[in-house]
Amino acid sequence: MDFLTLIQILDSSVRLAIPLLFACLAGLFSERAGIFDIGLEGKMLMAAFFSAAVAALTGNVWIGCLAGIGSAVSLSAIHGIASITFRGNQLISGVAINFLAAGLTVLVAEAWFSQGGRTPSLSGFGENARFNGITLPFAEQAAEGGMLGQVYSELISGHSILVYVGFLTVPLTWYLLFRTRFGLRLRAVGENPAAVDTAGVSVVTLRFAAVGICGVLCGLAGAYLSTGLQAGFVKDMSSGRGFIALAALIFAKWRPWYALAACLLFGFLQALSLRPDAVERITQMDVPGQLLDALPYILTVVILAGFVGKAIPPRAGGEPYVKER
Amino acid sequence: MTLVKKFLGAVAAVGLTAGAASAEPALMYDLGGKFDKSFNEAAYNGAKRWAEETGMSYREIEVTAEPQRVEFATRLAEAGFNPIVVLGFQNAATVEEVAPKYPDTSFAIIDVSWLDIPNLQQISFAEHEGSYLVGMLAAMASESGTIGFVGGMDVPLIRHFGCGYAQGAKAVNPDINIVANMTGTTPTAWNDPVKGGELTKAQISQGADVVYAAAGGTGVGVLQTAADEGILSIGVDSNQNYLHPGQVLTSMLKRVDQAVYDVFAAGVEGFEPGVRVMGLENEGVGYALDEFNAALITPEMQEAVDAAKASIIAGDTEVVAYYTNDSCPVLEF
Repeated sequence: MDFLTLIQILDSSVRLAIPLLFACLAGLFSERAGIFDIGLEGKMLMAAFFSAAVAALTGNVWIGCLAGIGSAVSLSAIHGIASITFRGNQLISGVAINFLAAGLTVLVAEAWFSQGGRTPSLSGFGENARFNGITLPFAEQAAEGGMLGQVYSELISGHSILVYVGFLTVPLTWYLLFRTRFGLRLRAVGENPAAVDTAGVSVVTLRFAAVGICGVLCGLAGAYLSTGLQAGFVKDMSSGRGFIALAALIFAKWRPWYALAACLLFGFLQALSLRPDAVERITQMDVPGQLLDALPYILTVVILAGFVGKAIPPRAGGEPYVKER
Repeated sequence: MTLVKKFLGAVAAVGLTAGAASAEPALMYDLGGKFDKSFNEAAYNGAKRWAEETGMSYREIEVTAEPQRVEFATRLAEAGFNPIVVLGFQNAATVEEVAPKYPDTSFAIIDVSWLDIPNLQQISFAEHEGSYLVGMLAAMASESGTIGFVGGMDVPLIRHFGCGYAQGAKAVNPDINIVANMTGTTPTAWNDPVKGGELTKAQISQGADVVYAAAGGTGVGVLQTAADEGILSIGVDSNQNYLHPGQVLTSMLKRVDQAVYDVFAAGVEGFEPGVRVMGLENEGVGYALDEFNAALITPEMQEAVDAAKASIIAGDTEVVAYYTNDSCPVLEF
């Protein structure tokens, strides 16, 4: 395999990893605070639709992105009210959100655009209607400058701004969770909410904050799908990425840097399955693409089975907090 | 499937039983919905055209979940609609169950050809012949000598498309390199434009400069990425040339609208049971030529394709169907 092919595959890995990364970090915040969230998929889908739809209506992708985030946060609020305020079952609420998003997006899309549950292609709404690739300074000169130059010009440069935001979110998450008082309390609320309550800090407020951050990050994931990678919404376009992100979260054992690694690995596997020719040249045998597609799940099962260390979820995860009387 | 949709479906079903009309035709859509910009919408267009031309009305119903198939078909037959057109190969079992119970009702099903029921007309399309023509166009438009094919879910029907495409391309240029990918093996593969776009980029990096998408909603992503990256693409089922004017080489047309129109127009009196194949000779399949791609198709290309079309109709050129022995002579999937 030549160097350029490798760079192209890695480039594709990054693009495929970013939606996973946003969703994975979203899940990280929520689950670290003790709220399981299998509604990542639905929030992503909702955000994908509203970003594309509002970008099409206004011609401005930034307003679209904000609308996407807003829609995901409102689904988060529903999840929060159901599972924090009313202490409902978090899994059921998550499933409901997935169904709600799958139906509502198509319904609204049909009402607004009458294109069979799609938005029109954003390429017809001017330059600013979608996130375009950013060419970093000196990228063109660097393309001439050997391998390192190619890495810079092909792999690092040329992505849309959300990719760079995605990578920045990782250290930010780490700092917020492990170096601030808010982060300590948030993690504590996922391990032992009674202790946090005893210390005089509101469990409900903290959990709502976590679920809110989760909504914002899911919003970015969805916006990247429909306005960064593609130029418009198609029904069910999240295609299970929210669930792969959940797998990545378990694989990463609920830690931000590991989440980055897991998402990049899963993205890489997805990108490899798109290039059966390259895989065949390296391995000298016919590796079915389905195997590569399934590997993220297989790896997660291996981790869960305890072969590679133990994945211990936050202890209070999934349980609504009831104040003792 | 949302509650809202189910509710609407239930309301529609109740409405059906209430307003029984005599010998109005009916149309039952498949999953995917009436406005899918493709298969179901083409059927809707055919029915609409018939209604506009004749001034008569028809009943339609949209299946939104598996269990509704038999129920809806039964209700249509029970309410006296005749003929009843059912869309999609996934409804083969539905018709097999319902049609024999209503021997006086004429049924028609699209994309099925293997049933044996006296009151059923089965309409199948020669997709491989239409794909053959667009494959020729792709090979003639390609400058790099490499063309791509992006399929949706990996099922025999889609391989059938790809196989015809490859045969057409090889007929023009025996040395042409065809990169074929399937999006996936589950139904999500029909609605993953992001993966479709990435597949297109991967094919471009392998040298492809024309990509044919037979992938439903995923194809939207393929056409979009092809337009963004400055290569040509080919649409499928309906005419998709307008999606990116000047950047979609052509579309492989599957005239589901014509099939529905014909059944409606024939009515109960002109109903013919058996298998009807919609191929090149009766304009059932073909390639799209309109103002959006006129500049891309040169007169020489058109001439070559029309000659091939005549030759296929005359039986001089044989396009091998994937189904014949479940493999493609010129392309490995």
